[in-house]
Amino acid sequence: MTDLLLQMTDIRIEGRSDRQWKPIINGIDLSLNRGEILGLIGESGAGKSTLGLAAMGYTKGGCRISGGSIRFDGQELRGAPHSTLRKLRGKRIAYVAQSAAAAFNPAYKLIDQYCEGPVKHGVMGRAEAQRDAVELYRKIRLPDPDQIGFRYPHQVSGGQLQRAMTAMAMSCRPDLIVFDEPTTALDVTTQIEVLAAIRDIVREYNTAAIYITHDLAVVAQMADRIKVLLRGDEVEDAPAREMLANPQEDYTKSLWAVREFRRDPMPPQKEGTGPLLEIANVTAGYGAVTVLDGIDLTIARGSTMAIVGESGSGKSTLARVIMGLLPPWEGAIAFDGTPLPPSSRRRTPALQRHVQMIHQSADTALNPRQRIREVIGRPLEFFLGLKGAAKKARIRELLTLIELDPDEFIDRLPSELSGGQKQRVCIARALAAEPEFIICDEVTSALDQLVAEGILRLLDRLQREMSLTYMFITHDLATVRSIADTVVVMQGGKVVEQGTKDEIFTPPHPPYTELLLSSVPEMDPDWLTRLLAERGEI
Amino acid sequence: MTDLFHNLRDAPVSAWIGIVIVGIYTILAIGAPVLAPYPEAASIGSQYQPWAAPHYLGTDALGRDVMSRLIYGARNTVGIALLTTALAFAMGATLGLLAATLGGWFDAVSARVVDVLMAIPALIFALLILTITGTSVLALVLVIAVLDSTRVYRLSRAVAQGILTMDYIEVARMRGEGLWWLIRKEVLPNAAAPMIAEFGLRFCFVFLFISALSFLGLGIQPPTADWGGMVRESAKLIGFANFATWQTATFGLAPLLPAGAIALLTIGVNLIVDWVLHLSSGLRE
Repeated sequence: MTDLLLQMTDIRIEGRSDRQWKPIINGIDLSLNRGEILGLIGESGAGKSTLGLAAMGYTKGGCRISGGSIRFDGQELRGAPHSTLRKLRGKRIAYVAQSAAAAFNPAYKLIDQYCEGPVKHGVMGRAEAQRDAVELYRKIRLPDPDQIGFRYPHQVSGGQLQRAMTAMAMSCRPDLIVFDEPTTALDVTTQIEVLAAIRDIVREYNTAAIYITHDLAVVAQMADRIKVLLRGDEVEDAPAREMLANPQEDYTKSLWAVREFRRDPMPPQKEGTGPLLEIANVTAGYGAVTVLDGIDLTIARGSTMAIVGESGSGKSTLARVIMGLLPPWEGAIAFDGTPLPPSSRRRTPALQRHVQMIHQSADTALNPRQRIREVIGRPLEFFLGLKGAAKKARIRELLTLIELDPDEFIDRLPSELSGGQKQRVCIARALAAEPEFIICDEVTSALDQLVAEGILRLLDRLQREMSLTYMFITHDLATVRSIADTVVVMQGGKVVEQGTKDEIFTPPHPPYTELLLSSVPEMDPDWLTRLLAERGEI
Repeated sequence: MTDLFHNLRDAPVSAWIGIVIVGIYTILAIGAPVLAPYPEAASIGSQYQPWAAPHYLGTDALGRDVMSRLIYGARNTVGIALLTTALAFAMGATLGLLAATLGGWFDAVSARVVDVLMAIPALIFALLILTITGTSVLALVLVIAVLDSTRVYRLSRAVAQGILTMDYIEVARMRGEGLWWLIRKEVLPNAAAPMIAEFGLRFCFVFLFISALSFLGLGIQPPTADWGGMVRESAKLIGFANFATWQTATFGLAPLLPAGAIALLTIGVNLIVDWVLHLSSGLRE
């Protein structure tokens, strides 16, 4: 085959921890033709990024390629001297990182960072590179392509930065680009633009790409072929349409099935019970900036309300106001008919106990120096006055409730848990206070889809068993479809639309809801093309 | 505890050298009355004896055994430095953590007071105060502790501010935890590693500062043995050194003994501090 670009055979990669080498990739074959896009999917820890980087002959610190061969255009990369690799990287193989904001050097203008590669590799001179940059910025549909390059990274938005980074990767017209979750950190509405830009430019220059993601719907839009990884082993490799239509392996099927979780609707609430939480005309902000503008909401007892909106719409600020961390400028919040004092310092433990919150990132929400028994034990002690054996028994009960084995987990530190387990511990900590109302702030957005589904199922079960009321903050509409009773759409600190799930998901929609709903990727591989055609962007 | 043993097993050679050095000093300081062959301040022979048995490191201007004074010096200099550092940390860390956690006017006022104290050159300030109060050990400890607590305040405040942005702090605040709990249970355990490293460094500075003051005659007063003072007393001997024979050359080496003791301890502590900092940085390479 003449158009074979990359041939990795029996790649083995090991990482060093606890003074020994442990396998990360256990012998994977990967081949890529010119102009082909390969989607690498799998949960975190599957080795997607490690394998993607290995395609450049590179490993992260503390890792080594212990076996196999990497042939790029007939040239062996494994064990090649640094000078050889340096000539290839950036020029013939480029890399686009997950967080463009962290990957750009904040001290240099975008265009200077663009020019660095071509000038260093001697592909073109500086003036020529600058003209080329403007050309590519235009192709990738950045606004104001003539001038945007002269801005610093902090002066452009996240989506624009990610596109600028893709343009930068293209600067030497490489044969291969490795995209490492380029849209994971972006809102759905921004994600569309970046996906379309990446797809077009890669097609135009017939560049081969390895597209790493954990989002199946995204990979369905981008990839010609999909490779599924699980803990360093290959599960399945097939052309994208074939695999989407007819997955062969059980693991692939389970990944595909995640998006089908629908909880049963909650039984209609009993007569005579008022709303659990009432938010009336709440306005709040930081300093002089208004973040929330006249929010009115009521949440019925035992129901799940989903709050959706892109980042900056004020979703998390609303949660902080309800929790009493940010006293509102105006308006009132009543819980079960009792007005809540604006600041948590004024709230009695008996009142605060009923309202709990679970954070987005369990990594930062757990004190790394506290063992699980302390994490869950403290609210028991603080709110319920439990001590000694009674406290320990209740901790064990709670761990069983969140489906973790008490004997195994009670004395662990957060660093000894996986992402999903950490989030479960956070749920147990919230439950320990025996609340009636829990705010879930993007609780599944940092998790892999299978793990996230487990958390959603757990929350659903707990709601039924303990008649909890949830406020579910999310930007993922798939999550909303699976768990919500009522939906509130927020934009720019205002409520754009609210109603039951069926009302919101049934057309006609206000323009913003329409935009939000239509931006959620679907598994259909033609979805992006169709959507762009509808929006008239092609 | 198991963590500690685990880390010790993995400690690099440099850290082990540091641990051995500090260990020897600790044994000397604690066991001084047993280990020293002669008393601290008693004149037991003729003055300026060369290095020969029974006075292996000779005698000083008053006929005191230099080796015994070096050993007692470990106890005095290191002991006072340790006490001073501990006091500086108690003051600085308490204020720093409080300022970060409370914020508001307390933070603003305490930060400015600390700025003012830091603006005055430390040695001049210490000399001034010690000239007024007289050179008692108590005054020495207090002055240096206050001066050094400003640095500890700065560090602990900065470290705590980083920790206070974490979600688990928000969780504790939402629960309605008091100030004491926040500082003791949520902030302090996470700030411990950089603070321990800073303790080591501060200890070195304090100890060098005391030695410097003693060298200037305002530190620990004779006849109490201390290394800074010993350097001063023996410094003039350099002029009489004659490197023709081993016996006469020892005069030139006399001031190097206490100076070397100071330098070696500083290096030892720093080797340990480097290792602790590396551990707390989470780097694996």
